[in-house]
Amino acid sequence: MYVAVKGGEAAINATHDLVAEARRGDTAVPEISVAQIREQQALACARVMNEGSLYDRDLAALALKQSQGDVIEAAFLMRAYRTTLPRFGSSEPVDTAAMAIRRRVSATYKDLPGGQVLGPTYDYTHRLFDFALMDTDAAVKPAHDGLKAPLDATMPRVPDILGAEGLMEAELPPEGDPRPFDLTRDPVSFPAGRDVRLQSMARGDEGFLLGLGYSVQRGFGGSHPFVGEVRVGEVSVEFVPEELGFAVDLGDVTLTECQMVNQFQGSKEVPPQFTRGYGLVFGHAERKAMSMSLVDRALKAREFGEAANYPAQQDEFVLYHADNVEAAGFVEHLKLPHYVDFQGELELIRRIRKEREERLARQNEELPEAAE
Amino acid sequence: MTIHKAPAEDTKPAYNYAYLDEQTKRMIRRALLKAVAVPGYQVPFGSREMPLARGWGTGGIQVTAAIIGPADTLKVIDQGADDTTNAVSIRKFFERTADARTSEVTDEATIIQTRHRIPEAPLKSGQIMVYQVPTPEPLRRLEPREAETRKMHAWAEYGLMQVKLYEDIARYGEITKTYDYPVMVNGRYVMAPSPIPKFDNPKMHMSPALQLFGAGREKRIYALPPYTSVRSLDFEDHPFRIQSWTEPCGLCGAADSYLDEVVIDDRGGRMFVCSDSHYCETRRAEGHRGTMLGDAALSGLVEETTP
Repeated sequence: MYVAVKGGEAAINATHDLVAEARRGDTAVPEISVAQIREQQALACARVMNEGSLYDRDLAALALKQSQGDVIEAAFLMRAYRTTLPRFGSSEPVDTAAMAIRRRVSATYKDLPGGQVLGPTYDYTHRLFDFALMDTDAAVKPAHDGLKAPLDATMPRVPDILGAEGLMEAELPPEGDPRPFDLTRDPVSFPAGRDVRLQSMARGDEGFLLGLGYSVQRGFGGSHPFVGEVRVGEVSVEFVPEELGFAVDLGDVTLTECQMVNQFQGSKEVPPQFTRGYGLVFGHAERKAMSMSLVDRALKAREFGEAANYPAQQDEFVLYHADNVEAAGFVEHLKLPHYVDFQGELELIRRIRKEREERLARQNEELPEAAE
Repeated sequence: MTIHKAPAEDTKPAYNYAYLDEQTKRMIRRALLKAVAVPGYQVPFGSREMPLARGWGTGGIQVTAAIIGPADTLKVIDQGADDTTNAVSIRKFFERTADARTSEVTDEATIIQTRHRIPEAPLKSGQIMVYQVPTPEPLRRLEPREAETRKMHAWAEYGLMQVKLYEDIARYGEITKTYDYPVMVNGRYVMAPSPIPKFDNPKMHMSPALQLFGAGREKRIYALPPYTSVRSLDFEDHPFRIQSWTEPCGLCGAADSYLDEVVIDDRGGRMFVCSDSHYCETRRAEGHRGTMLGDAALSGLVEETTP
């Protein structure tokens, strides 16, 4: 047994200590608390909840703390925990039309029932450093007298307005309204149904979906969408326990929903209408919801009889590669030892080169004789 | 933090035996039974998210977790060695979650989880090999779409693979696949043997041991029941052949084992040693001495231990 290999066990123990030390950083600086991350890094927490497929703001904050802010590592922690949780049932479908709105914008109508609600957004901030944030004791005081008018109680979803006119592709449950597929319990097969696709994208990597959505817009897929609506707010989750037989409110979750309105020429059976791209994610995560709705529409290519020529239109490509925990695992496994396989390659390449040299040498010997 | 508050003190929260819940184990066992019934066929299964990274052996771990019991002895190897970091990590996982009795001795093990090797010592009836598989689909490099490759298997349409092997011969004079070399199982399914060197392929043929393959990320399980025909694909005029070395193991003198190359200086110095660390140790304990053993012991590369 040689030492270069025998160190395995000691090295693993040492690396756990080293990572704990690196995580803490300079001990002269106060340690960050989970509550601070939850309250002050909420957008990062939302991403971890989405990609970890678990709505728990405290655990998302803990995952970020434990992973030194590495979002994919944090999502991995969430998923490994989630998979051990008992499942006691499925909630009722959430009703985003009844959302307590924090933000709601539509790009298709100047005004509409309920109005445009800008809410909190970085969209119109100038990306200039606010050096005042370098001080930790700067209290947040509203610098402007905001409009504090109460919001309308009813905020119909924009696609529903179009739908009432028959202009919008209807969202009908499949035959028999079966229970949605659960991709964390069953293996996916292709072609994948819409429930599988939406689930996969909801937990998919934000950056990957952003890139795919962008590719659709730039011409690698023929989408020309309008943001029918983006809405952010709280929705109550209801559950019907078997022994009670009526719905019980379990609490609120923050959701971001995006519905894109796309053109569609129609077909022999269907008159021209708008088609829908849908995105729904945990927390305030507009970029993710928008990307998802772009790719959702692109993946409907088969249903609409469109050619699926581009990556964003191919369900196998999108679903297999959107999962960043799986992707990170496989990419990073290249760090594991491969010396057995590499030895096989070395043996082969040396032998091929040797045979080539011998062949060339033989040819060189034969040539002078031929000249004589 | 209300829903995951720890239960009362007397009921310490604990993971189930071997980590997976019993429902999941049953699901995996069903997939395993199907796999054994149809040798070489890839059975989709509901691969769970594990606390170890995808691509780092989660398929093998799930298979082992589904079959291990208190009476088992587990050996875990990576690159043939028991003490590579990932093998240590996986062995610890089962020591922790399944109170597993572990061993480095191939002969003592009832379950051998492996990445990239089959031990040199012959396997025997009653032993179970569990392979960690990164890419279960042997046709994947030729056809990236799963929907297509499933059809190709269904129709036993393997012409594409034969053409690929032929093209290798036309271009390089021989088949250039050195590991994960495709095999024909029971005369029906072309199967990926996992990235073991082709040196190990013949050990699969008619093995008295049960061989199980788990691909966690790709969510597939497949199997070779004992005494199954496993033929490495080849041509009559280009028969399958395995790797060979011009020198024996520098430590134990074995001329019949798969060797790793160790770079010993920056002037081109190399030594070749058995990749199967337990095989090498056993031979040294029996008194076999390689030409480099003295040097290696002097420089601290090898601990001269009595087992």
